[in-house]
Amino acid sequence: MLLPGSGSATLEGYDVVKDFRKIRDILGYMPGKFSLYQDLTVEENLRFFAGIFKTTPEANYDLVKEIYSQIEPFKTRRAGKLSGGMKQKLALSCALIHKPEVLILDEPTTGVDAVSRKEFWDMLDRLKRKGITILVSTPYMDEAMRCDRVALIQAGKIMDINTPEGIIKNFSSRLWSVRTNDTYELLLDLRRFKATRSAFLFGQHIHLTLVDNAGSEPEIRKFLEDCGHQSVEIEETRPTIEDCFMDLMKG
Amino acid sequence: MRTIRFILQKEFRQIFRNKTMLPVIFVIPIIQLLILAFAVTFEIRNINLVVVDQDHTTTSRALISKFKAPKFYTLKSYLPNYDQAAELLKKGQAHQVLVIPNGFERDIVKDSKASVKLVTNAIDGSAAAIMNAYGNGIIMDFNQELVVESMGGQDFKQPMQVSYSYWFNPELNYTTYMVPGILALLVTIIGMFLSSMNVVREKEIGTIEQINVSPIRKYQFVIGKLLPFWLIALFELAFGLTLARIIFSIPMVGSVPLVFLVAAVYLFAVLGIGLFLSTLANTQQQAMFLAWFFAVVFIMMSGLFTPVESMPYWAQQLNMINPIAYFIKMMRMILLKGSGFADIARDLMAVLIYAIVALSMAVWRYRKVS
Repeated sequence: MLLPGSGSATLEGYDVVKDFRKIRDILGYMPGKFSLYQDLTVEENLRFFAGIFKTTPEANYDLVKEIYSQIEPFKTRRAGKLSGGMKQKLALSCALIHKPEVLILDEPTTGVDAVSRKEFWDMLDRLKRKGITILVSTPYMDEAMRCDRVALIQAGKIMDINTPEGIIKNFSSRLWSVRTNDTYELLLDLRRFKATRSAFLFGQHIHLTLVDNAGSEPEIRKFLEDCGHQSVEIEETRPTIEDCFMDLMKG
Repeated sequence: MRTIRFILQKEFRQIFRNKTMLPVIFVIPIIQLLILAFAVTFEIRNINLVVVDQDHTTTSRALISKFKAPKFYTLKSYLPNYDQAAELLKKGQAHQVLVIPNGFERDIVKDSKASVKLVTNAIDGSAAAIMNAYGNGIIMDFNQELVVESMGGQDFKQPMQVSYSYWFNPELNYTTYMVPGILALLVTIIGMFLSSMNVVREKEIGTIEQINVSPIRKYQFVIGKLLPFWLIALFELAFGLTLARIIFSIPMVGSVPLVFLVAAVYLFAVLGIGLFLSTLANTQQQAMFLAWFFAVVFIMMSGLFTPVESMPYWAQQLNMINPIAYFIKMMRMILLKGSGFADIARDLMAVLIYAIVALSMAVWRYRKVS
């Protein structure tokens, strides 16, 4: 869909520029924006996409069965009238109907509720077990944890590429999780703290790393209490992939 | 082949499901045909004539009564002098002023020669030309009678007599002339607009992304987009011709299958242009404007409303690349004149080349890469 400005890419050993025809046959793609025909019914969409890939929904039904069976009761409904979650399932069914070897998903869960998000990833897990390679982009770090390999990308540059565990293991600093009754003031104060390397909001907590891993819990506590914070909770915590991302972004 | 069938099936489903487009495709052309065929005419009726008779003699009155006779003249008023009549011309209340000067009859008797003045409001040039011709005709007629009279009532044999007969449209019926052209126009508009909007629509709603990652080949896509509108336009032509036959009794001298052969080739050209435009545009609005621009220029220059022969030379040359001009010409030739294949072969060939070029450009410009 885009010609490379520079460099090269291969997919299952096929060059994306030279062998694009071959790639179109083995690739399933689900764009970020819902892009099926809203004025066709669920079944017509599936049949159409099967048709243009020279197959039939019946031939590969076992692959999409699990997903498609959930929307099958609505198969005579126009795609435009489906709910967000159902649209997503239909889009996935259509992307899978020609039995691709590689499935590329562009932010499939953006704007999808938490339950559907989990269901969706369970489906991806099952597809993975059927031997389909899945490449997915996502802004959610908890989703990244479910992948085999993660590439952290910032401004078009890959900052790190590893297994989720590998990425976390590379996180060298000790990480403190700090909490007081005034999170916002706490963040401002911690960023003023001399020994602070980075301080980020993480839910109700502040995740803090210190320069050269120098400081200790009592030091931080003392500084905060001097700043007038009450009920200060400090504990060392295991880094998550999000911490790694923030850390890498800092350079 | 199967792929094309799937695309066709999808396109037809979408077309027939679109509750706004259906009436646009099928009802509006009929209404246009009815309105245009009845309204667009070059005949001039109700010419408001103002007479300034400064002679007040039997001869002058005889001339005036000549003007009263035809149904298209309405004698609006008699005025004593030209200035007042000119005022009416300015106000647009008079179309023509006939001035018969003092001494008109005397001059005829004495010198066998006299002049009258006929002033025509020429805001609308072509209408003025027709009014002028009417007026001249009446005066010539009158002149003829005077000559006969002066010869003592004997019929006077002119050395040369001009008599007219209008071939292929003996009654100079404007509906006969216009309807084939209007049909050509409707088919063109349907073809060009629908096809130019269609691909762009897929771009706008993003469905083209899914098509672009599929193994659909460019030519399959273009054929799939083209055939539905080709069939619809041909159907519309059939429907329009039937109406024209029933309502307007349009003569169909030539062969109807030949009309459809010509239309079939022509539509490939028009749809090719439409598809090409839609590969250039990114939104339906852009496509609409592009199509509109081309359609207006092509229609205005096509010879539907003004004869191509009266256009300047460069404009006539420009019409070489105007598919509508060829189509209207061929439609009129076949329907009114009964031209056969050999008579239109040259024009048909031009349109065929046009179609091939337009379609190749559409296929070439359609990119699966963004």
